[in-house]
Amino acid sequence: MGEAIVITSGKGGVGKTTTSANIGTALALQGKKVCLVDTDIGLRNLDVVMGLENRIIYDLVDVVEGRCKIHQALVKDKRFDDLLYLLPAAQTSDKSAVNPEQMKVLMDSLKQEYDYIIIDCPAGIEQGYKNAVAGADRAIVVTTPEVSAVRDADRIIGLLEKEENVAPPKLVINRIRSHMMKSGDMLDVDEITTHLSIELIGIVADDDEVIRASNHGEPIALNPNSRASIAYRNIARRILGESVPLQPLEEVDKGVFSKLKKFFGVK
Amino acid sequence: MKKTQNVLIKGTKDGLTLHLDDQCSYEKLKKELNEKLTENQRVNEEHPLITVSVKIGNRFLTDAQQEEIKTIIRQKKNLVVGSIDSNVMAKSDAEQMMRENEIVSVARIIRSGQVLEVPGDLLLIGDVNPGGKVVAGGNVFIMGALRGIAHAGANGNSNAVISASLMMPTQLRINDAISRSPDFTGDEEKREMECAYIDHTDQIIIDRLQALMHLRPNLTRLEGGF
Ligand SMILES: Nc1ncnc2c1ncn2[C@@H]1O[C@H](COP(=O)(O)OP(=O)(O)OP(=O)(O)O)[C@@H](O)[C@H]1O
Ligand SMILES: [Mg+2]
Repeated sequence: MGEAIVITSGKGGVGKTTTSANIGTALALQGKKVCLVDTDIGLRNLDVVMGLENRIIYDLVDVVEGRCKIHQALVKDKRFDDLLYLLPAAQTSDKSAVNPEQMKVLMDSLKQEYDYIIIDCPAGIEQGYKNAVAGADRAIVVTTPEVSAVRDADRIIGLLEKEENVAPPKLVINRIRSHMMKSGDMLDVDEITTHLSIELIGIVADDDEVIRASNHGEPIALNPNSRASIAYRNIARRILGESVPLQPLEEVDKGVFSKLKKFFGVK
Repeated sequence: MKKTQNVLIKGTKDGLTLHLDDQCSYEKLKKELNEKLTENQRVNEEHPLITVSVKIGNRFLTDAQQEEIKTIIRQKKNLVVGSIDSNVMAKSDAEQMMRENEIVSVARIIRSGQVLEVPGDLLLIGDVNPGGKVVAGGNVFIMGALRGIAHAGANGNSNAVISASLMMPTQLRINDAISRSPDFTGDEEKREMECAYIDHTDQIIIDRLQALMHLRPNLTRLEGGF
């Protein structure tokens, strides 16, 4: 039986889709069987970031409404040998086309076949969020080092903590700019983690390579030489239960370093 | 011999005290009260308003009945009812009183969009984040950081206080006084171990936690000494 992990944030544009694509890719690189599910109905992106747009025949709404079998709608990522699949969102419907009960049923059947189901959640706390969380076992909250993003992350964490079937959420801080943190123009990692008081599972630098890779439909996690790629791969290893200390580029400040070590039980 | 009186009027230096017998029927009591006040009315004519405190012993009066008694007394022009004292109270009122005097402890983080309300004092073992809110009928004690809104004495208690290990609220409210954080905080100094209370000018003042023992000695509930 696999696990479903929802990637959420509250605020839009902080990197949910990028994080979903890269965590999914990194887990597949670790040999896990992964299914990415785009629940951003009406504003699908995950297929583009994964470079799989042209292979879409059916989508999530087709599956839920019984117009096709699940396996017919799943798009296989050819870069992996049968390890990575995408269930794309519908582009022509809206979020109310699916309800949480249907999502739960769908997740339960996907969990029979996949080790990890990565659910890309739409922004907001409405129907789309409820659908995305419905079948999840774990949650990762993505934020950027901005006050408004952290505020929305806090709101989402409060909602996630009320979900009985979801384990306590973990935090990814995305788009870190070391020089702005050092100068105090951006919230630093320590401030964010003490404020949100949930476990930090990774930090990702702001990196032009991420944007370039996404635009080419090649998630950055595939490129072994990029800083962001290492960050995503480390997040995947932490999801798998390994204790991976922060890498040098993640070493934004000492306080976090020791905190992460504490979280992952490293001396 | 004259039958026993169910209504006794006594003058004290603070006004009048009416003792109402708690054994006779309520109807009888009302009738006698009416008579008694009518026969005494003349005496009070030249006085301004006189406050009456009503003592009803072990009798329980519903709110409606209390109103009735007050109306009877008020009809005698220069009498106003200050208080109605009974030795007994309804169980539901007693329970409410207990709740309002209770300290409720809660261990969690009050996050953006969440509101935590308690009837009495609140002991929060955790933080109140920006966008989060705690409301208490009594005092608010926060062991962690207060970054959101705290409202103490929400049912009209100006003596209530708010204290926090880290006092950086967006807004403080005590009873109906409100104070908000400055719009532009310069280099944020750490505001640790502080308390907020209402002073005699109805302003919310922030002080060291230790000031409370002098300002609000009632916060100590320890019986005897140590
Ligand atoms: N670490 C990063 N460095 C640089 N750019 C990034 C990084 N992470 C995300 N981005 C860019 O930020 C933009 C928004 O990212 P993304 O689409 O993943 O956000 P989202 O949270 O899914 O947005 P939405 O709420 O609209 O679904 C994209 O252009 C993406 O390439
Ligand atoms: Mg997205």
